[in-house]
Amino acid sequence: MTVTDTVARAAATAGLPQPFAELGLTADEYEKIVATLGRRPTGAELALYSVMWSEHCSYKSSKVHLRQFAATAPPSAALLAGIGHNAGVVDIGQDYAVTFKIESHNHPSYVEPHQGAATGVGGIVRDILAMGARPVAVMDALRFGPADAPDTGRVLPGVVGGISFYGNCLGLPNIGGELDFDPSYAGNPLVNALCVGVMRHGDLQVAEASGPGSKVILFGSTTGPDGVGGASVLASATFGDAASGGTESAKRPSVQVGDPFLEKLLVECCLELFAGGLVTGIQDLGAAGVACATTELAAAGSGGMLVRLDEVPLRDATLGPPEILMSESQERMMAVVEPGRVAEFLAVCAKWDVRAAVIGEVTDAGRLVMTWRGETVVDIPPASAADGPVYHRPLARPASQDALAAGDPAMLPRPADGAGLRADLLALLGSPGLADKSWVTDQYDRYVRGDTVLAMPDDAGLLRVDEATGLGIALATDGNGRYCRLDPYLGTQLALSEAYRNVAATGARPLAVTNCLNFGSPEDPAVMWQFAEAARGLADGCAALGVPVTGGNVSFYNQTGTAAIHPTPVVGVLGVHDDVRRRVGIGFRDVPADLVLLGRTGPEFGGSAWAHVCHGHLGGRPPAPDLDAERQLAALLAAAIADGLLAAAHDLSDGGLAVALAESCLRGGTGCTVRLPEDPFTTLFSESAARAVVAVRPGSETAFGQLAEAHGVPAAGIGSTGGDSLTVDGCFAIPLAELAAVHTRTLPALFGPVLPGPVVPD
Amino acid sequence: MRIGVITFPGSLDDRDAARAVRLAGAEPVGLWHGDRGLRGVDAVILPGGFSYGDYLRCGAIARFAPVMADLVPAARAGLPVLGICNGFQILCEAHLLPGALTRNAGLKFITRDVPLRVENAGTAWTRAYSGGEQIVVPLKSGEGAYAADAGTLADLEASGQVVIRYAGDNPNGSADAIAGVCNAEGTVVGLMPHPEHAVDPLTGPSADGLGFFASVLARVAA
Repeated sequence: MTVTDTVARAAATAGLPQPFAELGLTADEYEKIVATLGRRPTGAELALYSVMWSEHCSYKSSKVHLRQFAATAPPSAALLAGIGHNAGVVDIGQDYAVTFKIESHNHPSYVEPHQGAATGVGGIVRDILAMGARPVAVMDALRFGPADAPDTGRVLPGVVGGISFYGNCLGLPNIGGELDFDPSYAGNPLVNALCVGVMRHGDLQVAEASGPGSKVILFGSTTGPDGVGGASVLASATFGDAASGGTESAKRPSVQVGDPFLEKLLVECCLELFAGGLVTGIQDLGAAGVACATTELAAAGSGGMLVRLDEVPLRDATLGPPEILMSESQERMMAVVEPGRVAEFLAVCAKWDVRAAVIGEVTDAGRLVMTWRGETVVDIPPASAADGPVYHRPLARPASQDALAAGDPAMLPRPADGAGLRADLLALLGSPGLADKSWVTDQYDRYVRGDTVLAMPDDAGLLRVDEATGLGIALATDGNGRYCRLDPYLGTQLALSEAYRNVAATGARPLAVTNCLNFGSPEDPAVMWQFAEAARGLADGCAALGVPVTGGNVSFYNQTGTAAIHPTPVVGVLGVHDDVRRRVGIGFRDVPADLVLLGRTGPEFGGSAWAHVCHGHLGGRPPAPDLDAERQLAALLAAAIADGLLAAAHDLSDGGLAVALAESCLRGGTGCTVRLPEDPFTTLFSESAARAVVAVRPGSETAFGQLAEAHGVPAAGIGSTGGDSLTVDGCFAIPLAELAAVHTRTLPALFGPVLPGPVVPD
Repeated sequence: MRIGVITFPGSLDDRDAARAVRLAGAEPVGLWHGDRGLRGVDAVILPGGFSYGDYLRCGAIARFAPVMADLVPAARAGLPVLGICNGFQILCEAHLLPGALTRNAGLKFITRDVPLRVENAGTAWTRAYSGGEQIVVPLKSGEGAYAADAGTLADLEASGQVVIRYAGDNPNGSADAIAGVCNAEGTVVGLMPHPEHAVDPLTGPSADGLGFFASVLARVAA
């Protein structure tokens, strides 16, 4: 029988050594806790502070840089709730509001790909739910090591299977995302999950514990030992430490196990509780579990809470206060409920077979107090845990940037003739990062809920919100680690530009931004420089495009040993579509239509897919973002699509015009013939920003030309759709069947066929 | 015309089935798994999803839901019943339909638009089609491989109880490429593909699935 480390005992045993370092706290941080409390922390308090002050929960290294998102955000009447909430909330009109956020689950997905990715989906869904919204779709931005590396063969199928398992069973359509490969992600894959939810304006919920006497109810799953220390140990340490058996990971599974069926019940239960007006405050339990939910609710509310930890339903009776506080068991929520509504609350939970327990009440004492077996084990000012330390980490531009910049891709040999151009295009189309992604997306349900208008491989996911009016939302995520490695400021703006452009290509108007900033160790000044540049780039870019950042997530320590991943900010853009029935996709249809290239093309190959795939080269400068041009292009696309002038639109990004044309041909099953000006190589493979290719609806050519001119967007007729090959006059022709074969065979060849072998009829 | 749509814990496509019923011109009526009685509906749909998480054999728990105690005798007495995906699995578990659904041959969940051939256009749920007609409807399942013993398969073929068949590649290893079957009377139909996701070209690959819902309207009206 172990002795309970009570507050009284802590006060009486001042000098007792405590394992703060093992829990991820520095000596300075430990001293700060002692100074705050005026005594040493109890074991439970130490556990609570360690998870709350972890990098993952406290944003202690990133906070000073993230502040500029709010400081420089363009004024937006659409923003109903901004940074600092579980997720930002955006007004999309007709009394609808949308909330969306992207979050990382990188480290768990390396340790246990299936459950790591699955619980990543579950966690972000609960964030959206906690805002009062019904979750309506998910997306995933994935990056892995080399496609042919044996470990990628372990990690990728597990991650995809986990997302498939959790998202499909939960009933949320998966409407898009990204898949890319690079050696820098070997040993550190990126699994970023986005969720979007829809609500009415009046449905917004708050994460605060107000009204002394109100009851605190924990509902959903029971609390077990899974994920104990996940936030502090895993997400704040490199794999070199964790995988080689840090004491925590040796003792317990650091990755949580997901139960999507329970999450589905929890979603329906919460929405019924919200509709009944039974909740005054709500918080999801994610990283740092009960510790985080109680401190954040108390810190945001009227200042105090009393929690009886004995009342927490356990699935392992041996857990004590520190483990209960740190557990990251999934599918749990915490609500604040007026005493007179508790019976109704519990009745709704019973209807949905969701376990619920009153574990405490709101007080006006200004303290977060927790008891265990009748003794006080936690007694802290909640804001001291919720606010956490703030670090100004040293940053330094690494000298290696100069060498990288000097490696100008202009030196690379270019294809000499049409046959060479043809070969390079096929090499790009068959490369793992650009190949057909059906192997992945076919494992996801994109149809459930019946409102999916566009999904992968279209430029953005597009959802119908209102069946009567056609109001909808478009979402895209983009990131490019190669661009960001060359220049994190410009690379981040390019990611923002691409997501913004992808949303616009459906006919939607971009409204708001979320981001998941994936970087190496913040204790490395070179990484910290990358991070600071990326944050500055995003803030400046959002200001220029007139779209605010509404929330996001930072993932540090993405590195193996001392080798950090490419800096990889993943940017999600949300747009509103006035009438999804007028949307266009990327596919060329079988009606002949003029093809128009929009935007300016220059010889920009730094970080390009062509340099990467055809030469294994990374160097020079990334393409120059042109945010004014992006705005003009997006406005043109929205206007042209609203007027019904376009039959197809596809943004130009990785692989340039060549890859875009091939994708549009394959998507619609119709070929095209294009005539290119003087330098076909540059026109085909450059990755200049702010460009799109559109198919103009027959009869609308003049109107579209005038509209493009009015918007100041350069528009060049380059050919027309039709036929069954992709033909570049004077250069090459590729039959669609050959394009399709090259495009579709790569991922099945790497990761196994989706269909069984030919079924032999008897 | 009132068509019930049952919601079990973990049902996911109940909203879509109700929309399909509405687009076909009938009134959808929500039925709750835990309630007794069928609220006087003229037909019932068991929608897709993961009832009870499919943690046990798919449909094996849902078949014991209170509402099933009323549904099973009503179905045996001629009430038109359509089970889609998880609903098909539940109907098999409840022995309203022969056979069983097993893991896809590729061992992965797959979503794809599949071409189907209507083999029996005489059932309560397919009479809006013509025999041999080809349609395109989404398939999305991890345990969609239809299985039955050789005698049962021969009987199904002989009696016209194979309602639809995969017309392209057999996507999941189903016996004889069977995508849907019916009871001997043609009133109870189970489908692995999801016609409720093919009721509007805006949100599906086609509107080919609407015929299933229109069929039962015609029958109930007759």
